[in-house]
Amino acid sequence: MEHAISLLVRSIFSDNMIFAYFLGMCSYLAVSKNVKTSAGLGVAVTFVLLVTLPVNYLLQTQVLEPLHLEYLSFILFIAVIAAIVQIVEMVVEKFSPSLYASLGIFLPLIAVNCAIMGGSLFMQQRIGLPAVDAKAITNFGDAVCYALGSGLGWFLAIVCLAGIREKMEYNDVPKPLQGLGITFITVGLMAMAFMCFSGLEF
Amino acid sequence: MLSQKTKDTLLGPLNVNNPVVVQILGICSALAVTVQLKPALVMGIAVTIIVAMSNVIVSLIRKSIPMRVRIIVQLVVVAALVTLVSEILKAFAYDVAMQLSVYLGLIITNCILMGRLEAFAMTNNAWDSFLDGLGNGFGYALVLVIVAVVRELLGAGQLLGFQVIPESFYAAGYENNGMMLMPAMALILVGCIIWAHRAINDKEGK
Repeated sequence: MEHAISLLVRSIFSDNMIFAYFLGMCSYLAVSKNVKTSAGLGVAVTFVLLVTLPVNYLLQTQVLEPLHLEYLSFILFIAVIAAIVQIVEMVVEKFSPSLYASLGIFLPLIAVNCAIMGGSLFMQQRIGLPAVDAKAITNFGDAVCYALGSGLGWFLAIVCLAGIREKMEYNDVPKPLQGLGITFITVGLMAMAFMCFSGLEF
Repeated sequence: MLSQKTKDTLLGPLNVNNPVVVQILGICSALAVTVQLKPALVMGIAVTIIVAMSNVIVSLIRKSIPMRVRIIVQLVVVAALVTLVSEILKAFAYDVAMQLSVYLGLIITNCILMGRLEAFAMTNNAWDSFLDGLGNGFGYALVLVIVAVVRELLGAGQLLGFQVIPESFYAAGYENNGMMLMPAMALILVGCIIWAHRAINDKEGK
């Protein structure tokens, strides 16, 4: 239990998907113009991570490893992600039209978001670690905690950046640096700020 | 030898239409593998090969792909190629494959691939698509190499693992900038490259 909580906190702060591994950068930069839409995307990514990672965990440990088919994992994982995104989209549309309307175009786009695929691949790597390692994923509960933590970390990062960019509208940025350039530098500074979590022990 | 159009398809992505700094595609891996030059080079070559090959394959079968399931078809083509490349790297360059770790698998979700497949290969013939893939792969590799050279040189004083900055510099009080090896500096460096690129291109445009 302690291990699972530590995994959750670590993946939100010190192993943050954006600031430590640059996962999901494309949509992170493209959709962070205002807080409301970025929060919507953050929720969607967290949700899809929370569904796909446990499924991929079961596939990896129950199907691929016993059959020695690990080299098929890329194709299998991406197919699972694409299929689950499709199912989630249909379920949300059927049972909660208001949530569906607020997530809008983001849901289908999540299939090609590297945060989801990256989460699965990192998890695959961590399954092999010895159980004493703080990053090891040893059971189903750990996989769920890791998924939740990564999703929350991504959510936190995109909402923070959107907040800063909203404020930055009024600043006088040099012309060639406007838009993307200054956004990169802002993210760099935020990553430096997040580095102070890296010594955190639980 | 090449007509103007094919020349544009091949050379445009190197500068004016660079996939990383202008189209902002494939940022994730561009930032993550650039601590050292060697993995950056391998990554650049791997992406170039995969973009070119998948462009050709998708372009050849584009007329028989149903529009509604095209994303899945494209993903499967790319995933198969990435699996091939990753198995080859594991067999012949194991240490580099380990350094690249998950980012090799993440080529599947690299936006350059999906972007080029959707925007170019679905509407053009195989030869043009091949050139477009090569051009975009090289444009991506170019940015990777620039960032990696700066980070490895300033962060560790080395290039491709060889010591470049002489010992006498260290004796005279020079120190490696450990900050360059941190993820944060990769972001700031790419920001600066975008800045320089825009400043130069804007001037030429006027």
